[in-house]
Amino acid sequence: MANIMIRRDSNGKYQFYLPKRDLEDTIVSMEFDTPEKWGGEIKLNNGGSYYIEPQPAPARLPYSVRAKRLDAAE
Amino acid sequence: MTALTREETEALIQEVLEVYPEKAKKDRAKHLAVNDQSIEQSKKCITSNRKSLPGVMTIRGCAYAGSKGVVWGPIKDMIHISHGPVGCGAYSRAGRRNYYVGTTGINTFGTMNFTSDFQEKDIVFGGDKKLAKLIGEIEQLFPLHKGISVQSECPIGLIGDDIEAVSKKAAKEINKPVVPVRCEGFRGVSQSLGHHIANDAIRDWVLGNRDTSAFESTPYDVTIIGDYNIGGDAWATRTILEDMGLRVIAQWSGDGTIAEMENTPKAKLNLLHCYRSMNYISRHMEEKYGIPYMEYNFFGPTKIEESIRRIAGFFDATIQANAEKVIAKYKPIMEGIIAKYKPRLEGKRVMLYVGGLRPRHVIGAYEDLGMEVVGTGYEFAHNDDYDRTIKEMGNATLLYDDVTGFEFEEFVKKVKPDLVGSGIKEKFIFQKMGIPFRQMHSWDYSGPYHGYDGFAIFARDMDMTLNNPCWSKLTPPWKKAA
Repeated sequence: MANIMIRRDSNGKYQFYLPKRDLEDTIVSMEFDTPEKWGGEIKLNNGGSYYIEPQPAPARLPYSVRAKRLDAAE
Repeated sequence: MTALTREETEALIQEVLEVYPEKAKKDRAKHLAVNDQSIEQSKKCITSNRKSLPGVMTIRGCAYAGSKGVVWGPIKDMIHISHGPVGCGAYSRAGRRNYYVGTTGINTFGTMNFTSDFQEKDIVFGGDKKLAKLIGEIEQLFPLHKGISVQSECPIGLIGDDIEAVSKKAAKEINKPVVPVRCEGFRGVSQSLGHHIANDAIRDWVLGNRDTSAFESTPYDVTIIGDYNIGGDAWATRTILEDMGLRVIAQWSGDGTIAEMENTPKAKLNLLHCYRSMNYISRHMEEKYGIPYMEYNFFGPTKIEESIRRIAGFFDATIQANAEKVIAKYKPIMEGIIAKYKPRLEGKRVMLYVGGLRPRHVIGAYEDLGMEVVGTGYEFAHNDDYDRTIKEMGNATLLYDDVTGFEFEEFVKKVKPDLVGSGIKEKFIFQKMGIPFRQMHSWDYSGPYHGYDGFAIFARDMDMTLNNPCWSKLTPPWKKAA
């Protein structure tokens, strides 16, 4: 489990940031992306994937959340 | 020499790698690439932020350099103690030319060196007592300082001193912030982790200090983040922003004060110049205080115009109108400068190897002068820096991450650029090779290079270096063809 931060970039896409490893990337897909259910498996541009416990969408981004590493690219 | 084709550049990389043993070759090959603008993510072509190989000459610094030298050092009204042996502080003293206003030794301390000067007995018995004593002495000798930061050098982490406890106690005694920074040099692969540690220390010990106190804010409050005022850069930037009608409430950290830093959370927009060293704190403020941040580029009129318009986009019509006025005001001046220097510099080719933001940010300024950047690289960038760089660089140009002394020299010999821009460690090698060189870390004791004022100086400096008559005098008369 690692703390990650999700924000929206200037193009409106989700951006992923893992402070521990200074890893910054765009999120290409998120399993659930509705106001009621948000999170699930997220896929990064670099090929890695992480899992966020599905939850109601955060009221405001950026948002820090615990995530589980499923498959890191490196 | 004309530009290299993709195949030629690839062949050049292979040729340079040839001398390495098999294992080193495999590792270094990942850090060298030919630029391809069609690639969306840098990861496919270049690896970055990895440990340098033992045995090759890297040009990187350490975490202490990133924290004391870059982020904390320029905060002028604080005293930054280089906690540990005397050398780290002494050799990095005032080398970065972070200009500031104030009376050194009275209310500002930027060019001074404070150190706990560790001796053998401090390593054996611990240096906490010495640190406490040192803070007491500072308080007595320099009563107008506004705070102290304790910048750890390697031994502090190795012997396990508890600088946090000493700092907390001392902060109560002197009633000023005392910030312990765990930036021991051995941490991380380069100075990049030092930036991160320094940002975290600011977040934990400084940023929230004035959250509850009143502040008279305006809707146009912005901050300059990640501008270290090298040769006056931040001042040139500030002029433009103030011309636009914005109020700059803090400068991080060139010519900055701790009060400004504490007031930063009151801003409406954080303007981030050096993304690599200060994105951490900007992210934090975006999450905690909801302040958006924007990366801008104030090198060269084209990029300045772009940035001004994007900054104005965050504000109302008044600022947007002012922005256009500012652009219109400087346009003829910039055209004059370009008309003067472009004919002398057009078509010249430049190779860069710097850190932080410059390998991509200055490309626009060179292009404004009709010059072309044929190779660029970062000392300590991460993948996201290269993502951005790929778009800025031309196709089939060289990219090198954490380039070694040998590789850089070979590249320059083969590519034969008209100008090399890098740091002091590279300067004399290339000058002796007869290649014009500018230091792009400290602007070669010139500056500012940011903003409209800076571009005039930038153009003059490039011309002064490139067209200097000395380069034709390097071959002695007896070696010249008759």
